[in-house]
Amino acid sequence: MPVQDLEKIFQEKIDQEIKIEPRDWMPEAYRKTNIRQISQHAHSEVVGMLPEGNWISRAPSLKRKAILLAKVQDEGGHGLYLYSAAETLGMSRDEMISDLLSGKAKYSSIFNYPALTWADMGAVGWLVDGAAILNQVMLCRTSYGPYARAMVRICKEESFHQRQGFEALLVLSRGTDAQKAMCQESINRWWWPSLMMFGPKDSESTNSDQSMKWKIKRKTNDELRQQFVDMIAEQIKVLGMRLPDDQLKWNEERKHYDFGEINWDEFWNVVKGNGPCNKQRLDARKKAHDDGAWVRAAALAYAAKKINTKNEKAA
Amino acid sequence: MNDPLNKYILHLADNALILAQRNGEWCGHGPILEQDIAITNISLDLLGQARNFYQYAASLQGNDATEDSLAYLRIENEYRNGLLVEQPNIDWAQTILRQYFFSTYQYLLYEKLQAADDAQLAAIAAKALKEVSYHLRWSREWVIRLGDGTAESHRRMIQAVDALWRYTGELFIPADYENQVGVDVSLIKDAWTEQVNVVMAEAGISLPEKTYMQTGGKQGIHTEHLGYILAELQYVQRAYPNSSW
Repeated sequence: MPVQDLEKIFQEKIDQEIKIEPRDWMPEAYRKTNIRQISQHAHSEVVGMLPEGNWISRAPSLKRKAILLAKVQDEGGHGLYLYSAAETLGMSRDEMISDLLSGKAKYSSIFNYPALTWADMGAVGWLVDGAAILNQVMLCRTSYGPYARAMVRICKEESFHQRQGFEALLVLSRGTDAQKAMCQESINRWWWPSLMMFGPKDSESTNSDQSMKWKIKRKTNDELRQQFVDMIAEQIKVLGMRLPDDQLKWNEERKHYDFGEINWDEFWNVVKGNGPCNKQRLDARKKAHDDGAWVRAAALAYAAKKINTKNEKAA
Repeated sequence: MNDPLNKYILHLADNALILAQRNGEWCGHGPILEQDIAITNISLDLLGQARNFYQYAASLQGNDATEDSLAYLRIENEYRNGLLVEQPNIDWAQTILRQYFFSTYQYLLYEKLQAADDAQLAAIAAKALKEVSYHLRWSREWVIRLGDGTAESHRRMIQAVDALWRYTGELFIPADYENQVGVDVSLIKDAWTEQVNVVMAEAGISLPEKTYMQTGGKQGIHTEHLGYILAELQYVQRAYPNSSW
């Protein structure tokens, strides 16, 4: 069948909301875009374990420690589902990881910001996971089947993550003056980077149009960002805290909150590797990979020995 | 506060908490994602056991004691965990061997404890036993895999034995409070030794014939490591006293 016909059938499936499955024909660019996006998402989960993992040993109560351990473990699990989903498109986990470690593949820039206080564990759950969820809920309906199905499982756990983050901040907001100050200071640091998680403005985004047409994405960066601002601007009232944006104001005409301009220089700077923790995050991943090399080699060697013994017995 | 039952429950809780704290240090840094998740999961199980014991101890103590006041506001010499669990992670071999030695011990201990007269201790042990049997299987498989894997993994396991064997003797010497309540640990020593010998033989690792056994942890005299563990564990509670989290 000529490629034009295959492309036509492919687009018709997308238009009729039929999921694309691993063995289906797909345009090379669709495959590549999905590999890029899913592996980037997997890397984000794994690198995202670092800022929060950093607080496991110092969690202020046994209950918070248990919640944090469970949450970071969940993120590792999300990384696993996503690596598996990306593998269905023909790239191995080893290749993906080597692209991460070489700097070729990206991960969400938000994890290049440091987690400095206990309140950051709340703010990361509420704001960072909150922003991620909006994107992920949309991805539950993405056109590539394995990715959409992985996202359904992930979303269930992520909504728990966001609630626990909000609840951790709620306790601080009702605590001592020092706890309230810790809570506000953390929101101040995480607010703008959270808004940056939705990516460049629609007018500047290079990948958006084709991704919308293929229903990899279903909402634009700016639409999702607005949805996030509207949600958080209401939730923060419950905390009795403020968002660090003097221009944040309800717009009756638009039925949305107006908000200030993002510092796009900062955004691009972090994307290019100059964020406060880009180097530390990648170094930590490289160290875990290098330190684990002998363990993986031993496991392979042992498995090979077992297979040989079995074969000898059989022969 | 100083009665034997209270000391005994805290001893059980401290063992679980300190090993949970050590295993939790791996989270995000494991040798491969599946094992990163596994060691974090074991940490979470142990933390759950610790919480059950601390809550029970707190309920017996009264006087506003909570699981958190017991974990976060006792100092080094009030902690009664064995020396084994506070030893540093160093590498995957030492982490695995520490877990294997401890899980073998914990399994035999809880097996007996679930028949204890104290209904609460028996219930906690019975619930935890299911988790411990997984920890034991997982760590045993890794001990064999590393012992019988490559030359390097074998060498690292020998180093791990050298580092940790000296802390195993204490597990089976009853502390004063263990003479009065709980399981008589001297009675599980033979079963532990026998099981460990079988697994180490399969791993191709020989155990030292004679080693001086370090003791003290169960009486509150620890290695230098515990002070650092508690400094991290307790930092927020101590920096912001009388706060809820």
